[in-house]
Amino acid sequence: MEAFAALLDRLVYTGSRNAKLALIARYLQETPDPDRGWALAALTDGLDFAAVKGSTIRNLMADRVDPVLWALSRDFVGDTAETASLLWPEPVSDVMPPPTVSQAVELLGNMTRANARTELARLLDRLDPSGRYALLKMATGAMRIGISARLGKVAFAQAFDVSVDEVEEYWHGLQPPYAELFAWAAEGADPPDTGSLPLFRPFMLAHPLEETVVSMEEYAAEWKWDGIRVQLVHADNDSGGETRLYSRSGDDISATFPELLPALSIPAVLDGELLVRGSHQGGESGPDKQGGAASFNALQQRLGRKTVSKKMLAEAPAFVRLYDALVIEGEDLRALPWSERRDRLEQFLPRLPVEHFDLSRIVDAEDFAQLAQIREAARDDAIEGLMLKRRDSPYVAGRRTGLWYKWKRDPLLIDAVLMYAQRGSGKRSSFYSDYTFGCWAGDPDEGAELLPVGKAYSGFTDEELKKIDRHVRQNTLNRFGPVREVERSLVFEVAFDSVHLSKRHKSGLAMRFPRIHRIRWDKPAHEADRIAALEKLIRD
Amino acid sequence: MSADFSWIQPEPHGIYIPPADCWIDPSRAVDKALVTHGHADHARGGHGQTVATPETLAIMKLRYATDAGATPVSYGETLRLPGGVDATYLPAGHVLGSAQILLEHAGERVIVTGDYKRRADPTCPQFEVTPCDILITEATFGLPLFIHPPIEAEMGKLLQALADNPDACVLVGAYALGKAQRVIAELRAAGHSDPIYLHGAMEKMCRLYEEWGVELGELRLVADHSKDDMRGAIVVCPPSALNDRWSRRLPDPITAMASGWMRVRQRARQRNVELPLIISDHADWHELTRTIEEVNPQESWITHGREEALLRWCQLNQRRARALALVGYDDEDD
Repeated sequence: MEAFAALLDRLVYTGSRNAKLALIARYLQETPDPDRGWALAALTDGLDFAAVKGSTIRNLMADRVDPVLWALSRDFVGDTAETASLLWPEPVSDVMPPPTVSQAVELLGNMTRANARTELARLLDRLDPSGRYALLKMATGAMRIGISARLGKVAFAQAFDVSVDEVEEYWHGLQPPYAELFAWAAEGADPPDTGSLPLFRPFMLAHPLEETVVSMEEYAAEWKWDGIRVQLVHADNDSGGETRLYSRSGDDISATFPELLPALSIPAVLDGELLVRGSHQGGESGPDKQGGAASFNALQQRLGRKTVSKKMLAEAPAFVRLYDALVIEGEDLRALPWSERRDRLEQFLPRLPVEHFDLSRIVDAEDFAQLAQIREAARDDAIEGLMLKRRDSPYVAGRRTGLWYKWKRDPLLIDAVLMYAQRGSGKRSSFYSDYTFGCWAGDPDEGAELLPVGKAYSGFTDEELKKIDRHVRQNTLNRFGPVREVERSLVFEVAFDSVHLSKRHKSGLAMRFPRIHRIRWDKPAHEADRIAALEKLIRD
Repeated sequence: MSADFSWIQPEPHGIYIPPADCWIDPSRAVDKALVTHGHADHARGGHGQTVATPETLAIMKLRYATDAGATPVSYGETLRLPGGVDATYLPAGHVLGSAQILLEHAGERVIVTGDYKRRADPTCPQFEVTPCDILITEATFGLPLFIHPPIEAEMGKLLQALADNPDACVLVGAYALGKAQRVIAELRAAGHSDPIYLHGAMEKMCRLYEEWGVELGELRLVADHSKDDMRGAIVVCPPSALNDRWSRRLPDPITAMASGWMRVRQRARQRNVELPLIISDHADWHELTRTIEEVNPQESWITHGREEALLRWCQLNQRRARALALVGYDDEDD
């Protein structure tokens, strides 16, 4: 555990990606099995211990530290696990030596809700502050130290000089501590056998277009639909075959959309946008005129559920608007150019049930200028923007420069007034970086009040953050724990993708993906927008 | 004035003593100031008269290029102020010349700790526990999470990083007054006798320390040397220079920072520090609470820092306390 804790600390303090990769690679080379496998799982968010949650840690600390002192400390540090690791009282009597990573994983895995408080405490007693931090991060599954799952895999590939594409390919069929993966990469054993499983293949992703202009001869355009990107996979095996649905991050979300599983019974890997049907709410209707796609708001009602009611299945049935095919009838198409894969997908479509599949159509444009006009004119709420795909691009994992671009619709903008600020966490701990802002419920000069309309914590630079932080501290009206109520004087120009009616907020509105677009130090608060202006921007 | 301590008044810009018409560590220029130590946020320039230890006055002269109105008072010495107030300067263990000020009036005793720490420091005499009625204590690291590890452990980390990277240098960000000299003196105590390289802004203060008898070994200026000279060496600079263009003249510097804030990972990250060294010249949580217990005042007044937590600790331990809202003290660089 000491070596893993030291690795985590080094990673926290290392900025460069290459240096991080080298640190992880060296750890993987030097650490024995199965410790390194568990560590890799921890770094790539592959561990989950049902009995240990953030609340377990808070309860554990409540038994040992005064609640006020805990809250003040947690507020300063901005991270529960780190605060606990620092405040944990050093044991007074002799304790067992620190556990290995494997021992810690085994102990954590065996904990139940009932005994987690005593067992976790015993484990913490065996560690120093760095070890406690590593243990708590591992136990709660959220590292938040700037290491993506992808970085972990690249480091693995680098450590053993294997191809990262192969690592990605095998990864999803294996469970921590990935014994077969290490045997293959480090000891030259046969690659893991994953053929008969419906495995996730890493998505091909797009760069923002920004100032780039592309030729429509080289690129094809299609709509970027406003649902969730999914991969539907069917594999045949001894028990007759299995279908799984994966989210963009590779999470298995089959249980959330059970109606899609029987819809694919041919061995294939399909890439598309998951949407739900809505009668009038926009999106193109399918060839059978079943109705278009509902807005993201409607889809959201179905996300994150482990079980789905019949009512929901009937009211908001899901379908996949297909973008691409990676595998059809067991044949891997990924090396083919996009245009050929597209042909194969179009030929394949009639073999799929129409109620659950349609095709994302190609947007025809003579040239880029015409495409820009089409994008401008798009009013459909189920459209997030355009995708541009190089006609000869193979299907490759991740974001490869120059192959695919996303060209989102311009955001909506509104001027709102800062009302509350909350301290951030992670890199922004101790800075007031989460802002609640409001619009006027009427004429501010006639005494109308501000109503909160949204919350944003991005869109500003580190320098701007420092300046806003100073503004918050100097203009505080009230403190509520980590939240400060701020004098209504600072105007933000807020950008957002869309706005919807919502019963959850007093203003009756909810924004999608609000972020700070500009800070209007110059603008008087009473000139900020009114709720009525925001209401006019509702599209559904 | 009666036994209600009305002869001592916390004001936003410092602690005021009406019968003597003087201020302690005022954050703006006044006629008469009692100064605890030489850090700029406590020792402002431009006072009519400045009462401080000779070391602190020397530091102020270096900074403000004048010693007009300087009134030296040595450790243990008592100064009679107008209005029947006596002021005695006692070691605070913070930096060279730092003092607690014991004020006595009409049989009442008040101590202003200024900034202090309880640990041994080769550059200044150790804090003296002195009984009093009111203890006005700092609280820079007044949260229970701030526990400064033994300095030997932090020196070990620094020397290990140096040994692991013979072709690079380790650049240590340290406050130019106090922290830098303490780090250098502790490195010497740990047996590191190689030349240590200094950012130009550190030179004069190091020389001043040497004049006052603090041995710092061989010091060289970065400006006088080539990149290759500094491979495998320790370089000390002010925190503000850590990520500055200035550091480009150094051979692959590993960025270290000596500060109590380094206890919190994200604080180190915010400064792009690769090697955090938890070294502070302020009392940590245990030292703050232990000092209140040992001094055992009737009441503690808590100032500059995280007052709320120390106030809470006093409540939990049935000790009378209040938080003062003094402005102008800057704790970010320790």
